[in-house]
Amino acid sequence: MTYLEAIRDAQATVLRDDPSVFIYGQDVGVFGGPFKATKGLFDEYPGRVKDAPISEDAMVGLAVGAAIEGMRPIVEMQFADFSSVGFNQIINQAATLYWRTNTPCPITIRLPSGGTPGSGPFHSQSLEGLYSQFPGLVVVTPATVADAYHMLVEAVGLNDPVIFCEHKYLYYHLKSEELDSEVLPIGKARIVRSGTSATLVTYSAMLHECLAAARQLEVDGYSIEVVDLRSVKPIDTDTILASVARTGRLLAVGEAFPWGGSLF
Amino acid sequence: MLMARLMEEKLASLYRSGGRIVGGVYSGKGQEAFSAALTIHLEFGRDIFAPLIRDQAGRLAFGESVMQSFQTHFGTVNGPMRGRDGNVHRGLPREGIPAMISHLGAQISVVSGMLMARQMQGKSGFVGATAIGDGATSTGAFHEGLNLAAIEKLPLVLAVANNQFAYSTPNERQFACRNLVDRAIGYGVVGHEVDATDLVACVRTFREAVANARSGGGPQMVVGNLLRLCGHGEHDDASYISDSAKQAHSGRDCIEVARTQIAEQGWMRETAFAEEEASCRKTIEECVDRASAESLPNPFTCDWSAISSDDLSDGENLKS
Repeated sequence: MTYLEAIRDAQATVLRDDPSVFIYGQDVGVFGGPFKATKGLFDEYPGRVKDAPISEDAMVGLAVGAAIEGMRPIVEMQFADFSSVGFNQIINQAATLYWRTNTPCPITIRLPSGGTPGSGPFHSQSLEGLYSQFPGLVVVTPATVADAYHMLVEAVGLNDPVIFCEHKYLYYHLKSEELDSEVLPIGKARIVRSGTSATLVTYSAMLHECLAAARQLEVDGYSIEVVDLRSVKPIDTDTILASVARTGRLLAVGEAFPWGGSLF
Repeated sequence: MLMARLMEEKLASLYRSGGRIVGGVYSGKGQEAFSAALTIHLEFGRDIFAPLIRDQAGRLAFGESVMQSFQTHFGTVNGPMRGRDGNVHRGLPREGIPAMISHLGAQISVVSGMLMARQMQGKSGFVGATAIGDGATSTGAFHEGLNLAAIEKLPLVLAVANNQFAYSTPNERQFACRNLVDRAIGYGVVGHEVDATDLVACVRTFREAVANARSGGGPQMVVGNLLRLCGHGEHDDASYISDSAKQAHSGRDCIEVARTQIAEQGWMRETAFAEEEASCRKTIEECVDRASAESLPNPFTCDWSAISSDDLSDGENLKS
């Protein structure tokens, strides 16, 4: 199973298990999504996988309204970059609803994120740092096939707006034979590799680069600990601090723009 | 209408005297007929009404209490916003009154989502209405929201109060089309236009629009022509509104027009107006007293969580 298939299957699972779930996004219906993350779901779940007009602001506003009425919408942004058009509804409407009115806002916004060769400045952005600035939003960044599946299922079940940053580079490259590795809740980081010389804290696609670097450094005699944050908000500072207490050195590795992001 | 006018006069007076009101005061003076004529056709508990800043009259006619307005303006913990979001931002989303954000046009898609959800849940017979002004028709959110509602053929009534000014910006700096109602054609929705200083005309127009939406006619856009008879808020003296605008037909006070219409039709005795006004003033004073006695939120003991999930392993981190 690929990372992309895990996302597709997680959506099939929540559609099957919860009649209040529906998917709303551009080309998600008959076409099955530009990346095929909703392939076949239109036919399997009639009336619950809906094509949206090119209106990211209204798509998120609609999801907030549906959530008020007890639904659990999943909004697919065609690329993370286009969520900027829906920014107002995400940060001012969805993120403030619970704090202002005590009304839960269970929506999941999927952002196909990150750089892939040739995709240019408008189809490559990593916006997790931006969204993690806002109280009221949960921001998750799965790095593995199992996490892509389990964290999406958990995200849809949360009573809060979740920004689900799925990495496009991992869609096809990352494969796993089975899903049932250790299932951790959102908010808990995972020590993927133990070490004593230094701690690398990372998330999403950069986890795999960090692991590759750690393997190379091992040849030179360095023992590198690698921490996969899994979610940048909440951020598991307990695990980070405990790791740095052991190793005495910290390098934060991320793909987003370096100013004011999740790692600074 | 009369209660809304008298409430807002009281709020303006409290604002100017200082110390009582948390935040600003934004009035709907001149828009009461247009606002109330919409919501008297809606049913609290069945329908949805997403008001904007000049809809005190519509709020009351829909079913919001007088007390809720004063509680919110005084920032009390017992009000619908629990003292954390002020004045005109109040709402009870799960009871069909979404709480507006300041970004104009943003409630159109929210109401559309509420309507679509109800359709998906197999419910029927409901209508959702929301109010905007002429300025909001310039936003992207207006375009995206109304287009989406039209695509889904939702039972939406969009009331556009064209009060000629967005804060201080006049219509000619806001849009170039001949008449805002012409935009309805472009979105594939039904357009209505009404003299919003005329209560009877407003009631007739909204009766038709709400009935159309309720019976499957899709979104209805109702443009009401009037003049804002006050500043943008009580902090604004509206010196930019010319005398000629005030003296024009659209500058009429809808409450005075309604009084004349009611007297001409013999719907109420002359003395009943005065009795009604006295009764409203009494209720207002009682609510001011009661709301004044209520507590403000306690920064140390209230739950200020922005996230509702308690089961996140790092919940404290999120809630700080």
